Order: sequence, then C-alpha cells, then structure tokens
Amino acid sequence: MKTKRLADPYLVWMAIFTIVPLGIVVYFAFTDSATGAFTFKNIVNIGNYIPIFVKSIWLALVSSIICMVIGYPVAYYIAGRSHKAQRFLYMLIMLPMCISFLLRTMAWVALLDDTGIINGFVTAMGLKALPLIRTNGAVVLGMVYNYLPYMIMPLYTVIMKIDPRLVEAAQDLGCSNTQVFRRVVFPLSVPGIISGFTMVFVPAVSTFYISQKLGSSGTTLIGDVIESQFKTAYNPNLGAALSLVLMVLVFICIGIMNRFSDDEEVATV
Amino acid sequence: MRTFNKVFTILVLVFLYIPMIVLAVASFNNGTDPAVWQGFTLTNYGELFRDGVLLPLLANSFIVAVISSLLATALGTMAALGIHAMGPRMKRTVMGVTNIPLTNPEIVTGVSLALLFAFVGTLLKVSNVLGFVTLLIAHITFNLPYVILSVTPKLSQMDPDLREAALDLGCTPAQAFFKVVIHEIMPGIVSGALMSFTMSLDDFVISYFVYGPNFVTLPVEIYNYTKKPLQPKIYALFTLLFLAILLVMVLMNLLEAKDDRQQSVARRAFGGLRKERAEE
Amino acid sequence: MSKELIRLVGCTMAFDDEIVLNDINLYINDKEFLTLLGPSGCGKTTTLRIIGGFLQPTSGDVLFDGERINDVPPYKRRVNTVFQRYALFPHLDVYENVAFGLRIAKLPEAEIDQRVTEMLEIVSLKGFENRKVSQLSGGQQQRVAIARALVNRPKVLLLDEPLGALDLRLRKDMQQELKRIQQALGITFIYVTHDQEEALAMSDTVVVMDRGRIQQIGRPEDIYNEPKNAFVADFIGESNILDGVMLEDYAVKFFGRRFKCVDSGFEKNEPVDVVIRPEDVDIVSPEDGQLCGTVTSVTFKGVHYDTIVDFHGFKWLIQTTEFHPAGSYIGIHLGPDDIHIMHRSEYSGLFGDYSSYSAEYDEINDPDLYPEDISEEVSEPSENEEEAAKDED
Repeated sequence: MKTKRLADPYLVWMAIFTIVPLGIVVYFAFTDSATGAFTFKNIVNIGNYIPIFVKSIWLALVSSIICMVIGYPVAYYIAGRSHKAQRFLYMLIMLPMCISFLLRTMAWVALLDDTGIINGFVTAMGLKALPLIRTNGAVVLGMVYNYLPYMIMPLYTVIMKIDPRLVEAAQDLGCSNTQVFRRVVFPLSVPGIISGFTMVFVPAVSTFYISQKLGSSGTTLIGDVIESQFKTAYNPNLGAALSLVLMVLVFICIGIMNRFSDDEEVATV
Repeated sequence: MRTFNKVFTILVLVFLYIPMIVLAVASFNNGTDPAVWQGFTLTNYGELFRDGVLLPLLANSFIVAVISSLLATALGTMAALGIHAMGPRMKRTVMGVTNIPLTNPEIVTGVSLALLFAFVGTLLKVSNVLGFVTLLIAHITFNLPYVILSVTPKLSQMDPDLREAALDLGCTPAQAFFKVVIHEIMPGIVSGALMSFTMSLDDFVISYFVYGPNFVTLPVEIYNYTKKPLQPKIYALFTLLFLAILLVMVLMNLLEAKDDRQQSVARRAFGGLRKERAEE
Repeated sequence: MSKELIRLVGCTMAFDDEIVLNDINLYINDKEFLTLLGPSGCGKTTTLRIIGGFLQPTSGDVLFDGERINDVPPYKRRVNTVFQRYALFPHLDVYENVAFGLRIAKLPEAEIDQRVTEMLEIVSLKGFENRKVSQLSGGQQQRVAIARALVNRPKVLLLDEPLGALDLRLRKDMQQELKRIQQALGITFIYVTHDQEEALAMSDTVVVMDRGRIQQIGRPEDIYNEPKNAFVADFIGESNILDGVMLEDYAVKFFGRRFKCVDSGFEKNEPVDVVIRPEDVDIVSPEDGQLCGTVTSVTFKGVHYDTIVDFHGFKWLIQTTEFHPAGSYIGIHLGPDDIHIMHRSEYSGLFGDYSSYSAEYDEINDPDLYPEDISEEVSEPSENEEEAAKDED
C-alpha cells in the first residue's frame, strides 16, 4: 500500500464536511426559501444590507490596523528575548485566546458599562459617567482585545525566523540600529504583517457577539444579521446568501494578501 | 527603543489580562455586580459545585473535547503521513483544503455545516437532526487542521533515513511507523491533540449552529446565560477554567522545552562530526 | 573462485524526463569489496538504492543469487545498509539500536544478547551499550551504524559514503577498519564514494561512473594505471591528457614528436588521448629533454612541488621534489612506461589541461555557460528522486 493512501480517509472527510457544505451554502443562496426554486432574490436582498457590510468592513479594518500598530512592537520585543523568555511570553499571549471569549467580552461589559468599573472610578472622582459602551469604539476595543494575539503570533514567528546574521551583515556594512530595522528587519517581516492582518480581519469582519454586547443597534454587523437569519428569522436562504458574500469577501482579501506575500506557509496558530 | 518596547509589551499584557482579573475578582465577590465589591466570599464556588446545570454542561464540553480531539488526532496523524508522502503539487492542494476551516470565518463554517445537516435531515426525513453526533462531527472537522499542521512539520524535520533504516533492518512499513517514526513525531502529535482539546473546549460559534437541545456545551449555554444578568458562579467557573487552561499551557510549554533541548543536543552531536578531532 | 551474488542487467532509472541511470550492467561477486565511484550526480547512490530495494529500476533486472528481486521490498532482502548520516534511532540506546533488526526477526533473547555483544566488540564499542546515541561522537555513531547493519549477518552490506563527515585522519583509520572487518567476516561490501583515494585504498573492484553510465570497471591498480578514457584518467589522480596519434603499435606521436610507448591494439594513425601522470615526468635540462617548456607556476605541497609547465600553449602538471622556479626553461623526459594511450571518447578534450585545476573555475568567467553542479560535495538526492521515492513503499 502506498503511504500517501493513508490520507484518503481525511480527504473523504474534508470533502464531505468542508467542501460539500460550502456547495450547499451556494445552493441555498440561490434557492427561494418558500418554493425551493432557483432564484436571485436572495442575492438581490443583500442590497438592503450593504450599509451593514460597509460598517463591518470598516470596523474590522480599523481594528486590524490598530492590532498591527499595537502588535508589532510586542512581537518585535518578544522575538528579541532569550529562548526561554520567548516561550514564556508566547504562552502568556496565547493563553487568553484559549479561554471563553464570551466571558472575556462580558468582562469588558462590566468594565465599560455606564455603571461599570471604569465609570465607578470616574464617578468616584466626581466626574460625569462616560458613555463608553454601546459605541463603535467599544466594538473596536472588543475586536482588538479578542484578536490581538492573532496578530502578534504570526508577526512574532516571522520576525523570530529572520537570520540574525542578516542583521550582523547590515551592521557590518554600516547601518545604525534604526537603519537596520528600516532596511532589513521591517521588509523581511512583511509576510508576518500580511498574515497577521488577515488573521485579524477575517474573524473581525464576521463576528457577531462582540457587536451585540458592546455595541448598540447602530452597530449591528453582518455576523449578527447572519445569525439572526438562522436562529430567529429562520430564513436560511438569505443567511446563506449573506454567508456566501462574506465568504467571497474573505476570499478576495486573502487573494490580495497572497499577492503581496510569496510565502507559501500561512503562519498559523 | 528597547525599553519602550519592553514597557509597551508589559502594558499590552496587562491590557490582555485585565478582564481575567476582573472576572477572577468577581468570582470572590459577595454580590452579583462585578463593578460593585461587596466583600470576599467563597460561596460562589460552593454554589458552582452544587449547581446541577453548569457542571453537567462542563462535562458535556469535556466529553466532546476529548472524543473529538482523540479522533481528530488519529485521523489527522494518518493524514499527515499520507500528505508527507505526496508529490509537491498534490501536497499543495491538500494543504490548501486543510487551510479552509482555518481561514474561513467561524460563522461560515458553522452555517455551512448547519445547512449540510439540515439538507441531510430533509433527505432522510429526520426532523431533529442536530445533536451530539453533529456536534462531534463539527468539532472533529475544525480540529483536524490543527493536528495536521502540528504533525507535518515534525515529519519534515525528521531524518528521512530513519524510516528507511527501519525498513532496511526488517520492519514492514507499519512496523517502521510504530517502532521508529511515531517516536520522532510524538511532540507534534501531542501538541496537536492538546491544541484540538483546547479549541474544542472553548468553541462557541461553530457549536452554536450545530448543537441539538439534548446535548449542550458550556460555551453555548453561557451565551444563553449572558442574555440575562450573569450569576457570580459563572465567574467562579471561569476562574477555575482559566487555571485549568493555564495548567495545560504550562504543560505544553514544558513539553516543547524538552523537545527543543533534545533537538539541540542532537544537532550539536551531529554538527560536532564536522569538527571531529581524531581522538579515537 | 568467487560466485556471482548480484547482477544488474540493463538497469535504467528515469525520473520523469531525467535519465539517472542508463543501461547499467554489473555483476558483484560474493565476498567482494566493490566501490561505486564517481562525481556527484553520476548515479552511484541510485544504483546502491536499487540494490537495497528502496528504488525499483524503470527497466532492467536486479538478480540476487540468480533470482529476480525487483519486486522484493527492502525488509525482505538479505541486504543491510549503512546510511550516510548513520540514521541511528534517537529514542534507543546503543544496545537497542544494534539489536533492532534482531528483535524484528524475533530471535530469542539469549541469541540477541550474544550477537550484539560480539558485534560491539568487533567494532570496538564494548562498554557503550547503555549510552544514548546523542552522547556519541561521529566516529562512534558510525561504528554503531556498522554494527547495527552487520549484526543481522546480511549477505551484502551497502555503504553510502559513510565516512564523508569524518575528520581526515579518522577517515583513514576507518577505511582500514572497514576493510579489516569485511575480510574478517567475508561479507560482500558495496561502497559508494566520490573520493577516489578512498576507493583505491579499500576496494577489490572499482566501478567508475559518470552521468548514469559505467565508465570503467577494474582493480584499483588497473583503473589507475590504465584508465579507459579521459574521464577516468582525470577523475582518478591527476593526469595530463593530450591529443596524439597512434602511429603504429608501441609508438605514438604528440607535440610533433615520436615517443615509444607500451600500448598496442590501436588502428594505424588513429587519433588517441595520451595520458601522462604528473609524478611520472622527469625534469631534465633543456638539451636532454624530449620536450621543452617554461615553468609558469610552482606550488609547494609538502610532499612535492606542483609545477605547472607550459608546452606550446598547453599546460602540464608535473609533480617533482625538485624546485624549478617560475620562468625557468626546462626539458622533460618520458620513458615508454610513463605514457598511456586511450581511445578517444566523448570526454576527449574536456580534461587534462592545467590552466586551472577545476572546470568550474574556467566557467566562472563565462556568462553564457550554465555550470553543471560538478562540485565535489556530498551528493544529495535530486528532488525528482525524492519524489519518486515517495511513491515507493
């Protein structure tokens, strides 16, 4: 038996439970919910949700950029530490990701609420309570909070792999520390930036819980709409259509990202 | 610049852990509002252990996590072996497919599986198709890529001659795997299994779309809970889970440290060959 | 009279369009120390792997004791391999590594113990049983690899450049050691190397290969003294290779002069390649010389001087213990024994001129040439070979 046949059960599994479901999404997207006939109605109805799409993309974009700005110095710092320290810090960064993001988001509610912890301090100082929650800012904060590790990890992985001898060579050729960073380290870290950006943007654009808890009706995002189509409104066809568009959107993003990176490996968890 | 990075990193870490601290503190709070401290107490923990609803849910999550990670590890390791033996073009395609559950938004994965099950349900004329099995299938599906991505690098790192040496010495391919290869890739298998377990335990979005009313996992129930005001015993639960996951992570960390040490010793021993003095 | 043990008949190995072995015909006798020698990419490792069962030839037969074994997998062949990087099992100690094959064969524990102990003694590793593999030096790991293979009492031992990673002196000691073990145990050794000194030192038979073809088979002395073509002459030791014309038996003409030589059997006036070893050339005064030329450079090599001499635009290498400074005008004398004649081949004209020692050096300055990787590095399997290997089991 050839060894590569060992992967066959897995391939069958993936075909049935990954590829086929995506096909079914497409099927439902083009099917009328009542009659089951082929229709473009669902796709057309998406037009109603364009503002929501735009908002989702916008908030996700802002969150991704903030994550990039915050995440880069952290990744850079960790990559420069000793082996043991790196492993320890990496674990610290990863740990929150493994713990229920529902509860962590709820904690932010407790922090940001009008009668929450932060406002507790604010009012204690005699100032008026700040409207922190139910704003776009709160949603962005929630996204950044939840997805920051997804930015730091690929960045760290890429920076850490940069051959230290390249840095030495640059120094040998006369570069100051800033120049070494600007001319050698940063350009080489670009695949990590792209990877991290993708890993933040994709979940951010499709989230539905963060916007519910930290946002208001004005911050309904596309994830919320899809969820409601499946759970409350029970229009799986529209939900499927929206999912399809979301998927295509993500696909396009990744395609653009891959254009800029010739790294075959996506730096994953 | 270095100190700025250091301080910045510390601030970011604080930022990441603030909610945990809030929740941990709230778990000891003698009151329901985490914002209002009403005295230290352990009653929340007591209530947690006496709770007839939460603990069974935790058990459910555990069961799904254990079973799905074991199955995903077995299936995924086999897959990794097969993928490793493929030519480059086939390998790239399969790895591309493997990446789909990772890069797809969770909501799309959840929705697509829900639709699949609904479709099958109508085909088989079954009305309540969602349940333990669908949940398990979904968990295995999103765990598989983690296992594969943990094991394949270990396969690539392994000296390919080792397997051939085993064959040369009389092992059938199966024997070669169980007597030699598996020892080399074990760190990858274990890390893939632990990763799957953790992801499974914590999964909310995908489970939310494929679960049935007869078998609910903890994160899904917490979502339903969070629609009403939270009971403090949930904070207690959270704190305990946090400590448990911390333990698992420390474990993984130690395993990696041991593996790294072994690799560097091996590398030094072989690298030393090139500078060998004729002492024998 | 040794009996024939292995025979390769018309073996060809092709990976997609690349032909790695081209019609190889070879037989190997029992108890023989045979070396496959050639530059990187010549197909020697591929041949070894075919004998070991890790590759199947695209066409042709592999016969063992008269039986066709093309389809027999490695774990069923009476053949064991010593791998280039030893491939010792890191999770087992020395004893268990050596005992591995015996355990798979389900031999009784007492016999395993006896054979392992005996083998460790033979390779001078008594006392090392419980050491971890990573705690061993390179030479020690090497010997464990040899012990692990030999303890199974194979009919044939395959060795894939096993000494490449060792220090020079240790390598020489190990060469003698391997030869001693081979003769003591009476096992056929098939050895692969790109180091011609090593091949000459250890082998009963040397098989010189290049680009998938066998160039010459023979005893080390014969290969050295009577190379068949310019490739072999150049690969083994240093050679000055000139264009000449065979006037008649025992007489050859080159550089416009007639020389007596000891070869015969060529056509009258056949164009030939003339090989003259650098150490065979006597330097004399210009008046007494059969040819005269100017020394262009001298390098002190310890044992001798490498003296490059220009004769009518063609550079010779002469190895001599006398010092003749650059610029001096010298004569040379060649006895009939010092001249060796070969038929012309596809290799004629490619080697033998000492403007530079290596072909790559000439090619460095030529932007139109895509240089082949003919460096003397340890050969790695090409990507194609790896791919093909993946489809095998």
